Amino acid sequence: MKELYQEIILDHNRRPRNCYVMDCANRSADGHNPLCGDTVRVYLRIEGGRIEEISFQGSGCAICTASTSLMTESVKGKTVDQAKHLFDGFHHMLTGLAEEQGVPLGKLQVFEGVREYPVRVKCATLAWHTLNAAMKGEDAPATTE
Amino acid sequence: MGETATAAATRTLDVARIRAEFPALHQESHGKPLVYLDNAATTQKPRRVIDAVTRFYERDCANVHRGVHQLSQRATIAYESARTTVKRHLGAADSREIVFTRGTTEAINLVASSFVRPRLAPGDEILITGMEHHSNIVPWQLLCEATGAVLKIVPITDAGEIELERFAELLSERTRMVGVVHVSNALGTVNPVREMVEIAHDRGVPVLVDGAQAVPHGRVDVGELDCDFYVFSGHKTYGPTGIGALYGKREHLLGMVPWQGGGDMILSVTWEKTRYAEPPHRFEAGTPNIAGAIGLAAALDYLDGLGPEAVAAHEAALLEAATEAVLSVPGVRLIGAARHRAGALSFVMDGIHPHDIGTILDTEGVAIRAGHHCAQPVMQRFGVSATVRASFAVYNTHEEIGRLVEGLYAVKEVFG
Repeated sequence: MKELYQEIILDHNRRPRNCYVMDCANRSADGHNPLCGDTVRVYLRIEGGRIEEISFQGSGCAICTASTSLMTESVKGKTVDQAKHLFDGFHHMLTGLAEEQGVPLGKLQVFEGVREYPVRVKCATLAWHTLNAAMKGEDAPATTE
Repeated sequence: MGETATAAATRTLDVARIRAEFPALHQESHGKPLVYLDNAATTQKPRRVIDAVTRFYERDCANVHRGVHQLSQRATIAYESARTTVKRHLGAADSREIVFTRGTTEAINLVASSFVRPRLAPGDEILITGMEHHSNIVPWQLLCEATGAVLKIVPITDAGEIELERFAELLSERTRMVGVVHVSNALGTVNPVREMVEIAHDRGVPVLVDGAQAVPHGRVDVGELDCDFYVFSGHKTYGPTGIGALYGKREHLLGMVPWQGGGDMILSVTWEKTRYAEPPHRFEAGTPNIAGAIGLAAALDYLDGLGPEAVAAHEAALLEAATEAVLSVPGVRLIGAARHRAGALSFVMDGIHPHDIGTILDTEGVAIRAGHHCAQPVMQRFGVSATVRASFAVYNTHEEIGRLVEGLYAVKEVFG
């Protein structure tokens, strides 16, 4: 149980970072897990292909909330391409499906334990799918694809 | 149900002996003896049900209603006897009032298509309650979209009970059908369906009762309820998956158009004119789930042998003890506190999401359901996205409630 609910995950669940409605966002997207009802909205302010600001609002389980919170910390200041690369690495760690391997994940590594709980993988990836959708928004730089 | 449960506790059950009949209960989950409290999702199966299904495939396997050979005759007799068993169990007057379906969902869709749809004009109304499972919501929404009819909803109280006065008010001259759940899968509320049928009938409106969570938990008598349709699933009542039944009053079934076309539902087929079989076969196109029906009959026989009143009394005691035990854990809040409840207990814990609770309980060997229970409007009504649901069956014990509570303390330990 401790592998799944590591202290850093519990901490980000209790005190989610970057959890607010961003008024100056130029992208946003909603994520929803129809199986469990978790919802998340990701806000982005992208300037010149770089994520200058990111925030979220939503309701979900500890894995979902912590994953969203840690995601915002990991991608803030990164380019859209770098964020996409991180998503691929994260996805690979949890499912072994993405092509990307050996991406340095830093703190995101704490979610490795989720792999042992297949029904919870979507809890951890919902935020990232939502980020991806926001980045792909109409105004998104062509480089995201 | 709730009322009869306490009144008719005629004898106590030998739960240890009952448990011995259920092979799946005797296993470990994450290294601990399995505590199975997800019975509202599906129940485990007693040996005699598994054996009945196996026996059919090993000995009597043939198609029904069409063979002159001995196996086909045996299969047909077993299948049609299963219909009689369902009839007897539900207190129906005539076996021809029982249609086998894949389950509750298919039975509701059948009634929506074959009974209600031909009677609907734009602006007509279908009345359901705010406590329904998606299976008693979505078929009516589809029907309304297709016909221009309007779906009306009877609100529920903070305690999780139907507002009966509002029900009576919402029955209008345009109401063509009422759909109501007998026992709520999300809250455990036992609804006053007898009374609701009477109110609806006074206005000439037919009623379908969703009995998926009622049949496993006590005596159901469709004659006494006087409902027009009653539907349930086999797998929630110790039977196999993929089988369930629709009870429909004979006069209704006789007037209904077919639901699906195919073999076994016809009298004769020509290019000019196809004549349909009489009910119930009119509504059972194609080779039916023969083994499923036989397994379902074995399950209902089993339940009858135990005595639905005794089962209800045992489960009522479990539910009462579980409610008290779970509420003793700090931070736990019940969702739904109806006066009459059966089968299930829904709750949330302060600051801890039901899915996290579900995962941690699972590692403690305790299987519960965490989620919206296919009743999202109920969740919205109570302002939660999900709940934890512990649901009981005849084989559950008071010791298992203890394990559930220990598990909840393990959850609190992880989340501090």
